[in-house]
Amino acid sequence: MGVVHGEEMVLNIGPQHPSTHGVLRLKVKTDGEIISEITPVIGYLHRCFEKHCENMTYDQVIPFTDRCDYLAAMANNFGYVVAVEELMELKVPEKVEYIRVIMAELQRIASHLLALGVYGLDIGAFTPFLFMLRDRERILDMFEMTCGARLLYNYMWVGGVSHDLPKGFVETAFQFLDYFEPQIEEYNKLLTYNKIFIERTADIGVLPQDVAISYGVSGPNLRASGVKWDLRRNDTYSIYEKFDFDVCIGDGGQGTLGDCWDRYYVRMLEIKESVKILRQALAQMPKDGDVHQALPKKIRPPKGSIYSRTETPRGDLGFYIESDGSPIPTRVKMRSPAFTALSVLGELAGGWMMSDVISILGSLDIVLGEIDR
Amino acid sequence: MSVDTLFDFLGSIIPAMEGSGLLLVIAILIPCLLLFLVVAVNAIVMVYAERKVAAFMQDRVGPMGQGVGLHAGKWGLLQTVADALKLLTKEDIIPKNADKLLFILAPFMIFIGAFVTIVAVPFGENVIVADFNIGIFYILAMGSLGVIGIILAGWSSNNKWSLYGGMRSAAQIISYEIPAGLSIIVIIMLTGTLSMQGIIQYQAGGMFNWIIFANPFSFIAFFIYFISVVAETNRTPFDIPEAESELVGGFHTEYSGMRWSFFFLSEYANMLVVCAVAAAGFLGGWHSPIPGYFDSNGWGVFWMMSKIVFLIFVMMWFRWTFPRLRVDQLMNICWKVFLPISLINIFGVGIWTLVFG
Repeated sequence: MGVVHGEEMVLNIGPQHPSTHGVLRLKVKTDGEIISEITPVIGYLHRCFEKHCENMTYDQVIPFTDRCDYLAAMANNFGYVVAVEELMELKVPEKVEYIRVIMAELQRIASHLLALGVYGLDIGAFTPFLFMLRDRERILDMFEMTCGARLLYNYMWVGGVSHDLPKGFVETAFQFLDYFEPQIEEYNKLLTYNKIFIERTADIGVLPQDVAISYGVSGPNLRASGVKWDLRRNDTYSIYEKFDFDVCIGDGGQGTLGDCWDRYYVRMLEIKESVKILRQALAQMPKDGDVHQALPKKIRPPKGSIYSRTETPRGDLGFYIESDGSPIPTRVKMRSPAFTALSVLGELAGGWMMSDVISILGSLDIVLGEIDR
Repeated sequence: MSVDTLFDFLGSIIPAMEGSGLLLVIAILIPCLLLFLVVAVNAIVMVYAERKVAAFMQDRVGPMGQGVGLHAGKWGLLQTVADALKLLTKEDIIPKNADKLLFILAPFMIFIGAFVTIVAVPFGENVIVADFNIGIFYILAMGSLGVIGIILAGWSSNNKWSLYGGMRSAAQIISYEIPAGLSIIVIIMLTGTLSMQGIIQYQAGGMFNWIIFANPFSFIAFFIYFISVVAETNRTPFDIPEAESELVGGFHTEYSGMRWSFFFLSEYANMLVVCAVAAAGFLGGWHSPIPGYFDSNGWGVFWMMSKIVFLIFVMMWFRWTFPRLRVDQLMNICWKVFLPISLINIFGVGIWTLVFG
């Protein structure tokens, strides 16, 4: 019996759709349930971030970086201030470095929890989503304790951080980690090793290593394809070389290397590694020290340019900053990891079924705020 | 209590109208209204229960109220009532390019499918609207009416998501009716009757006389039946026709207000019916699990209801635990797993009855 081909239908998934993780539009050509072609249409959340930066002083840019990847605002702050400090050749106190690493790793856990929970939601499991959000809430509480904000922090400043850690933060953080570690097992029982979940994610949307590298995919998406590449290890910044942690890679545990399940599971493993880093950082952090000590009176980097990159929960976040010696940057360019992840979607999703496209899109963990900027 | 006895009873209290056509209409309408009440109250209670069950499974408290003014009452007991009022007062939207007639008709078609089946559901030894001699067959037949409404809703909305939902559910519901029906044949083979009360009476005398424990094949048949009806009622993990994260709202994407709530009403009515059939067909209906233990007339309703409530709870448990299957995986399970097993079951029950019966 031959294959029957009906007329192809163009379907718009989004910009208002429950599973596009923001305002993304996917122009999809379908033959019944089978997707033949998929074109992401972006720009619905474009806010002229890079152009804005050309009219603001260096410290005024920081709140804007918050709003790019709003699910990992700390990590974006971190990337930006590291770039400016490198440009100014500024050395920050050790305590500040520890605080930044603690915040960045807490943010990584929070961001991955949301990514995994929402991924469960995409597959149709509601309860893991709420479990993970419940635990993410405790991290946000700690952020609120530190800087008063729960989502957009403006916490890391060039040369320091806005507030010192509050009294009792270290104890609260240890309490959280003690509570949190057993929870990971619960997530695994509830979602990761659920037969239906594995059926829906294993062998689906396989991203081969060479494709991932040629598209510039980074972060957990790249590591899930088996590439051991983590900027915290390979191009280390801040004080990450002091900590002992593994770079987790996918192993095709339930199917093929680089499938949706691998991308999901690498994030789960990274949460465990972040917990490991946090335990070390919290224990080693110097008790005393002024976090405002190195804050420059005026941020006026010398003439020149810098490209600096850091590892955010979504991958390789790069900042290119060009300075003409004035307090206002001439050019700020942000290299968004989620953008490259989205660009590979067309490669991944062709030929799969409708439900798989949602599953593949969810596994890439994109944030539209960062893609559109 | 049947329409005939009600008709005679009404005639005896209003002698002037005895035997008139109007009285017959009244005699038919009274049970209908009662049934509608059952369906509506069932939906209200079950929506509340589902929200609370979901909340407790998800480490939340669910709907809560302080019992002050128009808040949702103590423990949010009035939450569903408030929701129903909201749905009733909502603007009635019919999309411009929708097929108006079919769009209006679809929710009623679905509702009728769910509503008329309750007629043959026995809630107690004497609590049944009509004990047909083909009761279980009637329930299966009428239960499948609903799918027409779903296809109509999907088609008439003139929305691609609705169409997807409609097509998916047509494939799914029709497929899963087959294993469900074949599992029911096991009951019919054992009891030799199609009447619901007859089936329940066959299972008298304690839980080891229940059909689920009659032989290994009927034990398997119960699980196949139950999983199939979870798929038939479009509940997670088989909720692909309305898969929120894929199809927005599936076949009811374009519906709002009271029309939408009819889909909801019928979903919960359907759940009640399929769980009642499972309880009556496999779990001894209104019989007590231990003979002579609370086995009098009034307790029958209690036993029947507690079995139904337990099965409904299991359905809710599924919904808040499992992810969703993909449409082809769903079909694979139906045609490649359930169907062969059900056929073997029928064969097996036949041989079992021949050898041990």
